[in-house]
Order: sequence, then C-alpha cells, then structure tokens
Amino acid sequence: MTEQEIAERVKKILIEEFELKEEELSPEASLYDELGLDSLDSVDLVVALEHEFKFKVVRNLDEEKIRSIRTLSDIHRFIIEKQKTLPMPNQ
Amino acid sequence: MSLKKVVITGMGAISPFGIGVKPLMEGLYSGHSAVISQKSEWEEQVKDLNCWVGAPVKETLPSKSISRQYRRTMGPTAIMSLLAANEAIGDAGISESILTSGRTGVSFSSSTGSAESLTQYFREYFSSASLKNISSGTFFQVMSHTCAANIAHALNIKGRVISPDAACSSSTQAIGLGYEAIKYGLQDFMLCGGSDELDAVVCGSFDLLNATSCRFNDKPTETPRPFDRDRDGTVCGEGAGCIILEAEESATRRGAHILAEIVGFSTLSDGTHLAQSHSDSIERCMEQALENSNLTPKDIDYINAHATGTIQGDLSEAGAIRNVFGDRGVPVSSLKGHMGHTLGASGALELAASVRMLNDGILVPTLNLIHPGKGCEGIDHLMDIRRIQITTFLKNSFAFGGINSILVIRRYFKRND
Repeated sequence: MTEQEIAERVKKILIEEFELKEEELSPEASLYDELGLDSLDSVDLVVALEHEFKFKVVRNLDEEKIRSIRTLSDIHRFIIEKQKTLPMPNQ
Repeated sequence: MSLKKVVITGMGAISPFGIGVKPLMEGLYSGHSAVISQKSEWEEQVKDLNCWVGAPVKETLPSKSISRQYRRTMGPTAIMSLLAANEAIGDAGISESILTSGRTGVSFSSSTGSAESLTQYFREYFSSASLKNISSGTFFQVMSHTCAANIAHALNIKGRVISPDAACSSSTQAIGLGYEAIKYGLQDFMLCGGSDELDAVVCGSFDLLNATSCRFNDKPTETPRPFDRDRDGTVCGEGAGCIILEAEESATRRGAHILAEIVGFSTLSDGTHLAQSHSDSIERCMEQALENSNLTPKDIDYINAHATGTIQGDLSEAGAIRNVFGDRGVPVSSLKGHMGHTLGASGALELAASVRMLNDGILVPTLNLIHPGKGCEGIDHLMDIRRIQITTFLKNSFAFGGINSILVIRRYFKRND
C-alpha cells in the first residue's frame, strides 16, 4: 500500500466517523488543537485504524507511539511502521 | 430558613405524537391513539413476545442538530432528553449565562441507559467475548445517568446533577427532587424530567411479568385501556419530557411567563411488593403529598393518574383514589390510552400535558375507557373532553420497585393576589 493510499483511507475514516471536513485534513493539521479530537476520539481512532489496516495495536508496545501522534502525517507514519510488523501473505 | 416558591417556566416534549409540546397537545386534544403495530420491527429481535404493539416516536429525531462532540456519548434516550430540554429552555427564555451560572442544575432520569446502545454493546460482547470493538462513547450511552450527565455536559451546566433512576416513577421523582432543590434555596433553576426508548427487549421485560397487553395486537389503537373492564396490560411507548423549575422570585425578576406552581411532592416505598404498589402505599403517598402542600382532598380538582392499563395496578390506584377522595367526584384521567406508557418519560410528559390542560381549561379523557372495570368504579372517570377551569391537580406515578411519587401542581397566582 502506498503512502498516498494510506492517506486517502485515513482521510475517509476522519470524514465518515469523525465528521471532519475534507478541506481541514491537511497532512500537518493537528488532530487535537485544530481538528478538535480528544482522548475519547483517540480510543475510537485506534479501533478504526485497526479495522481498516488489519493490524492490532498492542497497548504495552504501542502506547508511547500512539501518545506521540499529533498530526495526520504522524498517523500515516504509524501505519507504515505497523504494517512492517504484519506477517507476509505467504508466511 | 425561608422556603422558596417553585414555579414552572418552561416545558419540552418528545412524544409518540411528535417533536414538541404542540404535537403532544394536538394528539391528546384530538383523541387519537399513537399506538401502532411493532411486529415487523420486533420479531427479529425477540421471537416470542406476546405483545406486538407500541407507541414509538415516529418522526426522525434531528440528532445532527447536536454536534458530534456531544452526540457521540448519547443514545436515543439522551438525544431525546437534550432535544426536550432545548425546547423547554427556549420556552422559558433562559440564557446561556443562567445555564452556566452554577445556580442551574439538572434532575433527569430514565429506567435504564439507552436500550438500543445496551443491546449493541452486548451483541458485540457475546459474539466476540471482547469489548475491543465497542466505541468509547457507548459506555456513556448505556450508563444509568446518561440523560442527566449528557444534558449537563452539552449545556455546560455547573450546578447539581441528580439522576434518580426509579423506573416508571423516574421523571416524577426527578421533578420532585428538583422542586426540593429550589424550595430549600440550593438552586434557582432545575432542568427536570425523564426519558426512555421503545425497545423490543424492554417490552419483553414487561411481557415476562405478564404486564403487557396482548389481546389487541391486530387493533393497536384499542389498547392500553386504563381502568376499563377489558384492559389486559400496558403498552410501552417512548419519549422525553422536560420541565423547567425556577424559584418564583427569579421568574418574577426575569419577567418570565409562569405556567404553574409546584406546591407539594411525596415519594415513598410500597415496602411490601417489588412489582406492584398496593392501595395502602398509594394512599399514603397521596396523603403525604397533600400534607406537604398544606392542602386537603377537597382542594384537588383533577388527578392525572398513573393508570397504565394493567389489571392490578389500575385497581390499586382506583381504590386509593376512592379512599382518599371519597365520593367527592374528583375528575380522573390517564393519558396512557393515547400514547402508551412512556416509562421514564411518562411523569414529565403527562405533567407537561396536564399543565397545558390547566391553562387551556380542557381536561383530556382516558382513551379506550368505555366501561370502568370492577373495582375501578366509584370515581369520576373522564370519558369525554371536559371544559372546566381547575386550580390544583395531582400527578401520580408508580414504579416497579414499589416506588410511588406524586406531585401537587397549582394554577399560578401572583403573591399579592
């Protein structure tokens, strides 16, 4: 999956589940300060990302990384990193 | 400490007749029933119900008028509550600065949190043995104080928040506790009321106790039949009612339109049975409410009954009314023939309707009451619209759990009258 595809899918989640407007969703938009998400939203965002990208967030391993996410770009980087840990299809 | 006078300055309603107090009164005054068949909606959810009728809110709720930040923690019951509260706030002309002043509180409840959200929650849990896929807002939708907490959050209320879950007595008790908070000078304004959703599982719980109507599934508008000889149980409805209570001195200072005065309240336990209130405890509750109001039975000129159409419940209430009021002929009606039993909303919705009847000089009869049943006779049942100026009435509510609650409401007279 290319970074462009990841970005489009993340955008879709933010528009459909968090009712954000597409024009607000620049890569550097701050999720909390500019887009108004909060701690409850971050819980739901993780669940939505797990569903969309078929990985599991492991609390002990990923908590710091999740906490450090501030922008859409941070989400993209987190997804790319998580996908590297996924088993290959033939494994 | 001087006790404050407590008045009603605003009302809001979401009822089986629609969104707003206006459609509620149009439905009641027109004598229509809001009960319909629920079979097609319910048979996939609970396969073996006996009762297949209900009184839903048929209009789509304007949920999107509530921003997602607040809506995400609300199931339908909290959404209906906030919509009713917003109507009541507009009716009372209360500003944002009053709402956030710390002198305004909330006393609002329901039988349970959102039934719909609760079902989704457990459907997910039982199918996966995991809570991982449950959204963060769901807990706030199913918690028992979801209505009160969500109203307080959405309106930035800083005063006290009370959620007296008391099943079908919930909103009458909530209004009574709001009345006491103002009476004792603890708050100047209270947003009071209650809500509940129509849901197959909720109806099924009444069904399980043989408390639902099941002989009118093919003629829904003919049930429930409060006090009637052919009554065979209640019919669940849904909605939310909000009553704004205010200290008289505050309402006068603001130049608010005062709709009525609350002059007394009583809530007590039956103490003998969890599923039904006996005549004795209903009598005690009426007598205590009158004593709390410094009134006697002869001062009461209408009773808005709880009467849900169950065999035993209506019998107990009719017996208690006869014992307390004798043959004085106090007009009595129940509004559940029109809109079913709206459970946690019923006290507030029926109180709002009764306050309008008080001001309009019209008393609505008990729909579907044609022949008073054995044991229900000997009281002045309203069988037709009656145009009459009343001054003081009782609002009765009784609940599973043996919780009786009664409010005493009076036409508002200025103090120097």
